[in-house]
Amino acid sequence: MGLIGKLAVAAVLLGGAGAAVAWFLSAPVLLDAEAVAALGEGDATKGERIFWAGGCTSCHARPKSEGPARLELAGGLELKTPFGTFVAPNISPHPQDGIGGWSLEDFANAMLRGVSPAGEHYYPAFPYSSYTRMQPADIADLYAFMKTLPAVEGKAAGHQLGFPFNIRRGLGLWKRLYLSDEPVVVLADGAPENARAGQYLVEGPGHCGECHTPRQFTGGLKKDQWLAGAVAAEGDGIVPNITSGEGGIGDWSGGDIASFLETGFTPDFDSVGGSMVAVQKNMAMLPAADREAIAAYLKAVPPHPNGYPARQPAQPGG
Amino acid sequence: MRKLILAISALALAGTAAFADPIADRKALMKANGKAAGQLGAIAKGEQPFDAAAVLAALTTLSEDAAKMDVAALFPAGTDQGDTTASPKIWEDMAGFQAKVDKFKADTAAAVAAPPQDVEAVKATLGALGQNCGGCHETFRIKKS
Ligand code: HEC
Ligand code: HEC
Ligand code: HEC
Repeated sequence: MGLIGKLAVAAVLLGGAGAAVAWFLSAPVLLDAEAVAALGEGDATKGERIFWAGGCTSCHARPKSEGPARLELAGGLELKTPFGTFVAPNISPHPQDGIGGWSLEDFANAMLRGVSPAGEHYYPAFPYSSYTRMQPADIADLYAFMKTLPAVEGKAAGHQLGFPFNIRRGLGLWKRLYLSDEPVVVLADGAPENARAGQYLVEGPGHCGECHTPRQFTGGLKKDQWLAGAVAAEGDGIVPNITSGEGGIGDWSGGDIASFLETGFTPDFDSVGGSMVAVQKNMAMLPAADREAIAAYLKAVPPHPNGYPARQPAQPGG
Repeated sequence: MRKLILAISALALAGTAAFADPIADRKALMKANGKAAGQLGAIAKGEQPFDAAAVLAALTTLSEDAAKMDVAALFPAGTDQGDTTASPKIWEDMAGFQAKVDKFKADTAAAVAAPPQDVEAVKATLGALGQNCGGCHETFRIKKS
């Protein structure tokens, strides 16, 4: 064995203890038997509501799909992040190219634990860090609904990620820090009942915080600035503050918020834009009571000033 | 290079005095869109009674605004900079942007030709026209504050 080889062996032995701990800590955590039993039989009719609330089609339909094509979950959308480019996979019920061969338990582990049937971690570009707060029964209903959608042939392209982000195992440590199925905010005792229903929709399936909350450099959400607005993941823009704090939407009534989610028009009849257009189209598919619940929750969350830096005065031609 | 483009576009603009400040002009046009959509919205929401003349007037405003969307004059090169929320994608994909403008023109003209006759129909028309607003803002506008 050459010197390099000996050094390498020594390093492995020395580092071994720490590495073993890291290996252990990064292991995927699956649902236990009790949680699996709680899934129950899915109801496809109820699952359609969860499908729109969850916005699956915004990422998993082919980019720019309209109408019925939004139900063809062929994948292919590219999500550009500081860690690399993720490509949404085919999650149609196609047995080979989609998830048609999965069991409900496989699907629940993906949605609630971010773990694949092969036991690997998913990247949080798939917003399971919100979906983990979903009710088991809703997961089962959603799965039953998705099975009724068209099976689409063809796998989407792979992700383009550099080292170390291409190593899925490392995500286990990230998950230990940031994956929690606890509610994000504690609503005041007097908060209206439908604000609690709204909390579930926003913090769980709706995953509103994934865009509207600023992130740490590690990619974890700054929960103490929940929904305070953030620099957009892609491009030059921002995602607005949707709390009642300074710069936010405190001057919108609950009715204004519900109406925006239904029609895409703000109270002063500006129109929705950017990545919110797809979200709003999904919200428009929900029963009115759900939009009102989301509005009640947004009126009840702790107010924060904008979670993104103020823009420098524009420099024309600069 | 950018200065040169600016100089050229400034020269080009000198010829079309109506658009002395294209950013301000296009924003005013959009504000008028918002106002007209708001009038339809008030009727759709039942805040104001159905009034066929008011509906037709609002639709006519939208259609006239759409007709005024002369992309070359209102979105000259270099005007992605400044006090604007126009996305650079407009200049990367002029044909795509023009297609959105054309659809907006066609849809508003069609609405004027066959205006809605009751509140339910106003809702439907506003919904369809709203897809134009959102459909263009989705790709070609970015919120910056
Ligand atoms: C913001 C975009 C986004 C949204 C919204 C989204 N996903 Fe995904 N999804 C992804 C990405 C990216 C991956 C790939 C993750 C990976 O490879 O680690 C993924 C992976 C998956 C997988 C694993 C597929 C496989 O082949 O292993 C399933 C299942 C899935 N998503 C289901 C859903 C469902 C159901 C919804 C709606 C409730 C949803 N996703 C919403 C982006 C998204
Ligand atoms: C994919 C990212 C994304 C997700 C997920 C998302 N939003 Fe948004 N949202 C945006 C962006 C970007 C805007 C700015 C839209 C624009 O440019 O007009 C916005 C705007 C809004 C506004 C209008 C704020 C204003 O000041 O104009 C509200 C209200 C809102 N979102 C609520 C929600 C709710 C509720 C959810 C969850 C159901 C949600 N958003 C999920 C990106 C997102
Ligand atoms: C063909 C594309 C297109 C269509 C269609 C469109 N818009 Fe816009 N809109 C824009 C662009 C681009 C801007 C950004 C202008 C700027 O800041 O320079 C904008 C900005 C706006 C603004 C903000 C103006 C300001 O003062 O900053 C409002 C309000 C608005 N649009 C409303 C509407 C409404 C309502 C409709 C539909 C009835 C609509 N728009 C249709 C492209 C479009």
